Amino acid sequence: MAVVMHGVLLAATAATAATGHASLVDWGTFVVAAAIVLSGAIGVVVARNPVHSALMLVMTLFGIAVLFVLQRDDFLAAVQVIVYAGAIVVLFLFVIMFLGVDREENIAAEPLRGQRPLAVALVALGVTGLLLLGEVSKWTIGALSVAGSTDSSTSNVAQLGTSVYTTYLFPFEVTSALLVIAVVGAVALARRPPAVVTAPDLDLDDGLVDESAPATDDAHQEVTP
Amino acid sequence: MSPLLAALPSLLGTNDPLYNGGVDWVVFLIVLIKVLMVFGALMVSVMLMIWFERKVISDMQSRIGPNRAGPFGIMQTLADGLKLFFKEDLLPERADRIVFKLAPYLTIIPAFLAFAIVPIGGEVTIAHHTFELQLADPPMGILFLLAMSSIGVYGVMLAGWSSGSKYPLLGSVRASAQMISYEAALGMTVVMVVLITGSLTTRDIVNGQALHLWQWNAIRLGIIPFVIFFIAIVAETNRPPFDLVEADSELVGGFVTEYSSIRFALFFLSEFMNTITMSAITVTLFFGGPDGPTLHIPHTQWLWPILWFLGKTIVFLFVFVWLRAALPRLRYDQLMDLGWKRLIPLSLGWLLIVAGFVIDGWWGLAMTATVVVASVLITRSFLVGSQRGETRAILPQVGLRLWNRPDVPTASSPAGSVSSPTEGDDA
Repeated sequence: MAVVMHGVLLAATAATAATGHASLVDWGTFVVAAAIVLSGAIGVVVARNPVHSALMLVMTLFGIAVLFVLQRDDFLAAVQVIVYAGAIVVLFLFVIMFLGVDREENIAAEPLRGQRPLAVALVALGVTGLLLLGEVSKWTIGALSVAGSTDSSTSNVAQLGTSVYTTYLFPFEVTSALLVIAVVGAVALARRPPAVVTAPDLDLDDGLVDESAPATDDAHQEVTP
Repeated sequence: MSPLLAALPSLLGTNDPLYNGGVDWVVFLIVLIKVLMVFGALMVSVMLMIWFERKVISDMQSRIGPNRAGPFGIMQTLADGLKLFFKEDLLPERADRIVFKLAPYLTIIPAFLAFAIVPIGGEVTIAHHTFELQLADPPMGILFLLAMSSIGVYGVMLAGWSSGSKYPLLGSVRASAQMISYEAALGMTVVMVVLITGSLTTRDIVNGQALHLWQWNAIRLGIIPFVIFFIAIVAETNRPPFDLVEADSELVGGFVTEYSSIRFALFFLSEFMNTITMSAITVTLFFGGPDGPTLHIPHTQWLWPILWFLGKTIVFLFVFVWLRAALPRLRYDQLMDLGWKRLIPLSLGWLLIVAGFVIDGWWGLAMTATVVVASVLITRSFLVGSQRGETRAILPQVGLRLWNRPDVPTASSPAGSVSSPTEGDDA
């Protein structure tokens, strides 16, 4: 508990340090948002229904968006909501609904033995390490305002755009190339070649299986045993 | 000054002159009144919009439409709303109780919030405070609209899923696919507007189009982005011809099938509210918002922008209704084709051209040439690809012959037996 409190205080200090003015509102907002984020994150793990988990994830993402606003980063907050809450989790839900895995699960049953104690231990270790690093140096917080000061002389988006397209152009392009490769790869993996057209003079039902056409599941079963 | 008030400007708008002289209780009161007025105006306009839609559609179908409650049936919506309040509130046995009750609110809240960024009029001065007639002018501006419209999906999706029956589920699966598909094209056109304005806030977007008809973004960007945007918002609001989500003739009522009483009303409230908001946003982004010529009558200068804004919005509301009366519902594959194969490539190409012209004319021409060449090449590659698909479909015949050997036992032909000897000889 003390560790958590310390973490909250540390992050609050970080938040106020980043924005430049430590006010009660900032602190209060941070506490509320942090509570939302944490309870959402716990909910994701604890909820028995996958759809509820996904909703809890949305809650967490919203809390993070609030934290971004708190750091005067409106653009990132908006993108957080549009991309993560608005698109990615919707896709999760889409898949959950489509595959019909939205049944309640007994989370007491453990598929991997020793998984939970290990998870708790690793998380505790990670958090302790994070807090230690935060105490010792500024590693966890990151250097304050790498791209430029957050004063309101230039807009947030302009600063972000300038730094992404000048200083960090190469990582940016590499990341986008990576995403394109991932998309192309996913399409290539998921794509099935067009279905076999049966020529009128050929009778495919006489147990003939062709290799050039990708085996549909039942055809495959016929050959492999 | 209390800290709560100090936080107000950064959230509600850094450009608004209201916050220039610091924030005191009068300013807070003005903001509060603005909130209440926008809320009230939205509720009333939804009521009028439903009546308007029913009346216009009846006219188009040579019917009379609602004519009982009030003059011209104008109170019909109010009567319907009251009736829905007193209806029995059903909860399906197989429903997910919490999500089922939550879903209507998840739809209505984003619908309300999205209207906050719409500039309704110019600046007015009341009690020595000058302020913009706009609820909020946050620095993230138009991104807020995209965020809210993407959150609006949840209400529809979860309503369908939590009903625990098949038609609503089909509706919600359609909703998620449809909204994600059209959001890409929607975002792309918004990016074009932002590019040519150089700012995200709706007030800057409106100011950038002021004073001249040729400055309106619909014309400055070439009509195409506006057309894409409008198609996309019709799809986003699930209005006909994109109402596959509730498709009465296929899915009973789609995601609202299991809803009754006030929750049902909330869904329709939010649908019409979205229609109004989206019309207002179209006006803001492409048609100059409150911009328009004014008559020089003393003490009415504040009024003209509002009237212009309302007039333009009503035009688009009429178009929404008109579309509903005129067009049949799209098939699901047509919907996906239109979104992914037409609108998104078109908006991407147009975005490149706009970006080129924002730099200068030569870049613009170069980009236009690039886009034309690239689209020709891509079209050709598609054609070649589809032809290859045809040849590949014939290939299995060759494979058949190779496989059709007597020494390969298969399941349905007994091992060792020679099946169809003529084909085997051919191989």
